[in-house]
Amino acid sequence: MKAACGIVFKYGDNVDTDVIIPARYLNSSEPKELAAHCMEDIDREFVDKVREGDIIVADKNFGCGSSREHAPIAIKAAGVSCVIAETFARIFYRNAINIGLPIIECPEASKGIEAGDEVEVDFDTGVITNKTKGTTFQGQAFPSFMQKIIDCEGLVNYINRK
Amino acid sequence: MGMTMTQKILAAHAGLETVTAGQLIEADLDLVLGNDITSPVAIHEMEKMKADGVFHRDKIALVLDHFVPNKDIKSAQHCKCVREFACKHEITNYFDVGEMGIEHALLPEKGLTVAGDVIIGADSHTCTYGALGAFSTGVGSTDMAAGMATGKAWFKVPSAIRFHLTGKPAKWVSGKDVILHIIGMIGVDGALYKSMEFTGDGIRYLTMDDRFTIANMAIEAGGKNGIFPVDDVAKAYMQEHSKRAYTVYEADDDAEYEETYTIDLSALKPTVAFPHLPENTKTIDQVGDIEIDQVVIGSCTNGRLEDLKIAASVLQGKKVKKGVRVIVIPATQQIYLDAMEAGYIRTFIEAGAIVSTPTCGPCLGGYMGILAENERCVSTTNRNFVGRMGHVDSEIYLASPAVAAASAVTGRISSPDEI
Repeated sequence: MKAACGIVFKYGDNVDTDVIIPARYLNSSEPKELAAHCMEDIDREFVDKVREGDIIVADKNFGCGSSREHAPIAIKAAGVSCVIAETFARIFYRNAINIGLPIIECPEASKGIEAGDEVEVDFDTGVITNKTKGTTFQGQAFPSFMQKIIDCEGLVNYINRK
Repeated sequence: MGMTMTQKILAAHAGLETVTAGQLIEADLDLVLGNDITSPVAIHEMEKMKADGVFHRDKIALVLDHFVPNKDIKSAQHCKCVREFACKHEITNYFDVGEMGIEHALLPEKGLTVAGDVIIGADSHTCTYGALGAFSTGVGSTDMAAGMATGKAWFKVPSAIRFHLTGKPAKWVSGKDVILHIIGMIGVDGALYKSMEFTGDGIRYLTMDDRFTIANMAIEAGGKNGIFPVDDVAKAYMQEHSKRAYTVYEADDDAEYEETYTIDLSALKPTVAFPHLPENTKTIDQVGDIEIDQVVIGSCTNGRLEDLKIAASVLQGKKVKKGVRVIVIPATQQIYLDAMEAGYIRTFIEAGAIVSTPTCGPCLGGYMGILAENERCVSTTNRNFVGRMGHVDSEIYLASPAVAAASAVTGRISSPDEI
């Protein structure tokens, strides 16, 4: 079973890729350099507080705006193990899968989880457990080809191993 | 059940008779696009992919447009990476400083995008080419890498929303006002994962440049693509600009649309999107007194000749308000030259604006017009997110070239009727 477990950072609707990684830092494509500025225009404390395995939970349309793959790269390199949202913008969704950042759509979880909660996600079943509140939510499990891409840490490794 | 225009193009490129919404398909690509920000990541991924080379040297377009002429050493390194890749793989459609323009204005102008194409680009505004009746959509760098290597991409066939346009727009109402009105109506995720299909008699009153602006901002409603029927206006444009044969696809009469919105263009007014989302729209009569520090006229949304023509008609013989910085950016070298010959550049400079070489620069807060704390900008660009053009406490108001030019004269958001 592949799973994620961590403390939640919570955000609202329409978190755009410009706040996930502002374009003033796009003169670099180095993951660690991008991670150092992740989310800084909406949450200055994120970079200092985030720990390996932590989880981002948001409301509607997470990752809207630019197609920059630097956005999921920055989130992944910051140590985030999973993003849960009510909905994702489509380019971000594709990019996250392609670089091996697990993301799950689940409106109920996005409503039932608060900042600071400890949450576990089982990618095989799509079950999201809020360990702090003792509640569970059923998110959509990945189709098997998407799970394989994530297991390979991205589309490129997946293609190479085929 | 019938198919939409988008579905027909995708079916043809997947070698299928029919497709339905939700179906996963693999489609052949007519063009794969990248710029100086997204291509270096794609090139790096392609190297990891152990690919033999690119699928077709004529079907890849690499445009250095975001941070050129290079704004700093790191962007220079990125451009160098793309330049070397283009040289190594003998990419036909590689555009460096001197030939480059803002990608989504440049490619149709060069005739590289025509009706019936399937196009992916590692830039979200790749949806622009729907104006010519192509299926085109933005992807990330890894999809671009796979596209360059294989000439194919997988898609989930989108369902559709129809926007049925009727009537003739009033004097100062442009494509920008039409799309801001639509985004204000359905929201920034109103078309999430879906195609936005434009139909109706009102389309004949929209110029090609109006349609490029409308299709360009489909992504601002979350759309996968925006697409227009191929009429005489589109055909004339392609005949003027392209040597490639185009294919006209038409939606079936019984095509399924999840929703249909009918929009009377004659009832629209100039529209402004307030910070910090493109859906926060107000018509010009409702904006109130908003003083501004900067005006940007340009971008892949509104940097075409007609945009400059309208802005010049408002600024002709006028002066920019003292204390307001006005930055005009023709989107391509050809547009720059045409604007010069038409006298627009002289008009801008005499009014007190500056005119830049083509660049995406200020639109994404890269360079060439970054905002300081608490500054406000009226911009013809496409996004007004927090910190998009600079300081996290700056503000962007999205508007048409006519409203932007009028605001430059008064120093506050204004209707061109005031000038």
